[in-house]
Amino acid sequence: MQSVKDTTGTVGSGRSAEEKKEEQPGPQPAPPPNPGPSRQQVLPYGIVGEGLKEVTRRVPLDEPPPLPENAKLKSIGKPVSRLDAVEKVTGKARYTFDIQLPGMLWGRRLVSSLPHARIKSIDTSAAERYPGVRAVHILESVLATAKLRDPNAEKGNRYPTIRYAGQPIAAVAADTARAAEAAVRLIKVEYEPLPHVTGLEEAMKENAPRVFPGPTEQPATAGGGGAPPGLPQKGNVRGPDTKPRGMGPRGDIAQGLRDADVVVEAEYRTQVQTHVPMEPHGLVADWRDEGLTLYASTQHLGSVRDEAAELLELPRSKIRVVSDFTGGGFGAKYGIGNYGLLAIHLSRKAKAPVRMVMDRREEHVSGGHRPNSLQRLKLGAKRDGTLTAIQLQAHGSGGVAGGAGVGFCHSTLYECPNVHVEQYDVFTNTGPCAAFRAPGQVQGIFSLEQSVDELAEKLGMDPVALRGKIDVSKTDDALARAHERRLGAERFGWSKRKPAGSDKGPIKRGMGFAQSQWLYLVHPNIACEVRVSGDGSVEAFCATQDIGTGTRTILAQVVAEEFGLRPEEIGSHIGDSRYPAGPASGGSRVTSSLTPAARNAAYRCARELATRLAPLLKANPDDIVFAEGKVMVKGKISSAMPFREAVKKAGIEEISHRAERRDDYEGYAMKMPTIAISRHGIGGVQFAEVAVDTETGIVKVERIVAVHDCGRPINPKLVESQIYGGVIQGVSYALYEERHLDAASGHQLNANVDQYKIVGAREVPTIEVLLLEQLGAQSSTDARGVAEPANVATAAAVANAFYNATGKRIRTLPMTPANVLAALRT
Amino acid sequence: MAPSDDDSDPKPQLPRLSRRAFFQGAGASALTATLAQSVAEAATAAAPAVLGPEPSPLSLSVNGRTVSLQVDPATTLAEVLRNQLGMTGTKVGCDRGACSACTVWLDGEVAASCMTLAYDARGWKVTTIEGLARGDELHPVQRAFVENDALQCGFCTPGMVMSCAALVERNPKCTLEDVKQAVSGHLCRCGTYPNVFKATLAAAKGGGKPKGNS
Repeated sequence: MQSVKDTTGTVGSGRSAEEKKEEQPGPQPAPPPNPGPSRQQVLPYGIVGEGLKEVTRRVPLDEPPPLPENAKLKSIGKPVSRLDAVEKVTGKARYTFDIQLPGMLWGRRLVSSLPHARIKSIDTSAAERYPGVRAVHILESVLATAKLRDPNAEKGNRYPTIRYAGQPIAAVAADTARAAEAAVRLIKVEYEPLPHVTGLEEAMKENAPRVFPGPTEQPATAGGGGAPPGLPQKGNVRGPDTKPRGMGPRGDIAQGLRDADVVVEAEYRTQVQTHVPMEPHGLVADWRDEGLTLYASTQHLGSVRDEAAELLELPRSKIRVVSDFTGGGFGAKYGIGNYGLLAIHLSRKAKAPVRMVMDRREEHVSGGHRPNSLQRLKLGAKRDGTLTAIQLQAHGSGGVAGGAGVGFCHSTLYECPNVHVEQYDVFTNTGPCAAFRAPGQVQGIFSLEQSVDELAEKLGMDPVALRGKIDVSKTDDALARAHERRLGAERFGWSKRKPAGSDKGPIKRGMGFAQSQWLYLVHPNIACEVRVSGDGSVEAFCATQDIGTGTRTILAQVVAEEFGLRPEEIGSHIGDSRYPAGPASGGSRVTSSLTPAARNAAYRCARELATRLAPLLKANPDDIVFAEGKVMVKGKISSAMPFREAVKKAGIEEISHRAERRDDYEGYAMKMPTIAISRHGIGGVQFAEVAVDTETGIVKVERIVAVHDCGRPINPKLVESQIYGGVIQGVSYALYEERHLDAASGHQLNANVDQYKIVGAREVPTIEVLLLEQLGAQSSTDARGVAEPANVATAAAVANAFYNATGKRIRTLPMTPANVLAALRT
Repeated sequence: MAPSDDDSDPKPQLPRLSRRAFFQGAGASALTATLAQSVAEAATAAAPAVLGPEPSPLSLSVNGRTVSLQVDPATTLAEVLRNQLGMTGTKVGCDRGACSACTVWLDGEVAASCMTLAYDARGWKVTTIEGLARGDELHPVQRAFVENDALQCGFCTPGMVMSCAALVERNPKCTLEDVKQAVSGHLCRCGTYPNVFKATLAAAKGGGKPKGNS
């Protein structure tokens, strides 16, 4: 991954104006890292247990000394139980869903019953008169959708054009939920219906009804591949984008195909998957003269504050965002959303707090989704496996939003001199997509890894061995995958894999393998503050949030390490926008961004504390160490004094330091305000064993071995949990999940959790996780993320196992009985 | 009701009182139409007052405490717990009995509180996630969930805990298969299932004793 542009879409609609401006010029090379005084530092580099070596890098002068491997640490790298787990198992954890304020009103939205229409009139008078109703608001503009390039294209319209069934129109705030629901039904909307289209291929036709009357832009696209500004658009089809995340075409694709000894070509289809966080999108707005408080179920406090400030024209200082617990997000929870915008307006009008939470139907329909895809992929290779050509044409629909690109992995994962990717966004009259756990990459890997498998078979090579031949970029992720293939193959028993389709009975078993790849991202300029109080309390503060990954815990672990304390002894404070700016929980970048800042702040506090304790211990500050809850002079056990007692004796009021997330020591390939992209990635490989019932078409995933890397694991127990989650979501995507739309009405038929099938306890395979400890010598903690890579390879590994079981390729997801039986008939 | 964790067990029946009151109150069903005139008259005379749509007094036993409320008949137990009693530990994930996030106990048996009318909980001992621990002493299943990281975002966790704790209390010798059965109606999007299995089996092994304040 050398030069890449951020369109991971981990920031949704909630970007500030200045960020949008900055993104317009497209990919910019990153400036040299960390200007200012520096020193040359020797750092450990490599995979622990596989022979660490040393590298020398330029680091800021006051950077803490490098950490050794986890085995030599006391708090970092240990399987500490989540600090907030007790709150979660006792029901005390308070989510946005649970916020109850004095005088709080219940908000309810009116959504469109038609998939495409102009609104001629809206009459809210009956709703306003309904008992208990305190405010009604009509949405002036719709968030989370592509924008017409020509701002005057729909100038004559009094209300936003309806482009999907379920699009919010207005909302009511009332004393009770029931009154709000009854009142919202009294709002009369007069529609002028327009022709609509919901299917991907139908929308691609030249005479298809147009979702937008002209070309569109969506710089803050939230669904994956995204699209640079100014792309051509014909009807509903925007593109081609030939540079997925800035990775341009290279070489001569025609020549590459001519040079090939073997060519594989196939068409792949993937479905629309909805996020289904257990806590739906929601926001409680409390508008007061002195300022606006927002309780938000969010993946980024900053995006909520900044979007509210921009749309309500308020200074950021007047807005406070609180998010103690977020009940899952998976990419869809950024910014304030239409529901939040409505809640804020209603609160302003009613002069009371307003709770607006989507119900399960609304969550499916307008909360976001992973776009579908139709991919035509052609690979060419020499007899020895060397790739000569990768050609991809991909279409996908994110509904009324763009961002269906899938071609990043085709452009970057494997060594190939000739690459040509064309990716198109197709607009349909369906809800907007949003970033979803490795946006674009899950779909892209599904096609790429099956095609590489197919190539291996044509070449008579073992699929794992072929990867070894072509996965040779000099990046940390490629290095990690080489070890992971070896470790995983051994643990999984890859050598026992039989030839494809060799089982005799109706139930056939098979083994498959696929590789993972994700970007190593950092949220730059975030900061953490650490305080030591006079009584010996240590606290850390950062305006980040926890969507389920254990952010509070890893923050405490890193701070505890510097003070020789236990993580439970650290006050770990997140979830409030009044703390120093924190990273977004998206793109696998919280741990990589937060922990170096936290360690640096803690290190500075500890060093200042040592200076203040030096007279008391009659020692040089440099000789004072913190370990096992004590302060002592290096080498003199007799000098040991309990930490709290020492701080009290030193007569300290408070020591406080704030540290920002500095650039990676090696710098970045790309740097933007909320995302910096390393030239290195995050790897991972997964092995799957499946059983296919060839009579019923039922597929069961029996076992997954997932081998992953995330730089230095801060808490292996939490990492393992996230990998379980990624694998389970991957199995769910591969086998079950699919949004079903009724083409005639544009309505989703399975907008609930009983008909939208997700993996449950019965369908969970046996999952074995192997984790590398990889030191990249890039920051003071060397931590990276894992949420997304854990989700990337699963569906492809399952599909390759399906082929090994049956001898037939399944190129359409999900692997429902109908799709399976169709594949078996080919 | 949430799916029972053991299909062979009879599912908790709806309280007879409210069911009868419903039929008598409705008065137009085929059932009442077939009743002999005299019987119907006698029943009507002895019937409790027709409830709703306005709120009426309701008394419930929640976590060992008797609470008196004003509730209209369309209100669910989940709504009463969350909105009237402020006990927000019980979550509502789908509001149609499909995700089990709202699981509570009625006389120790699991039930979906979003599918249970508050009036149908009369005469039953309601136990919620808030009533599972004894003060600071966690239920063995809660403790095992913490130790085995059987939670991520935590939104489905209270419901999961209630079902797993009910299983362990009834069947301390439960197997992996039993645990899968117990949580088969629960939806977790983060993918905590493997650790939920591990935690519940660990709690059972440690001798999960009844501790709920019912």
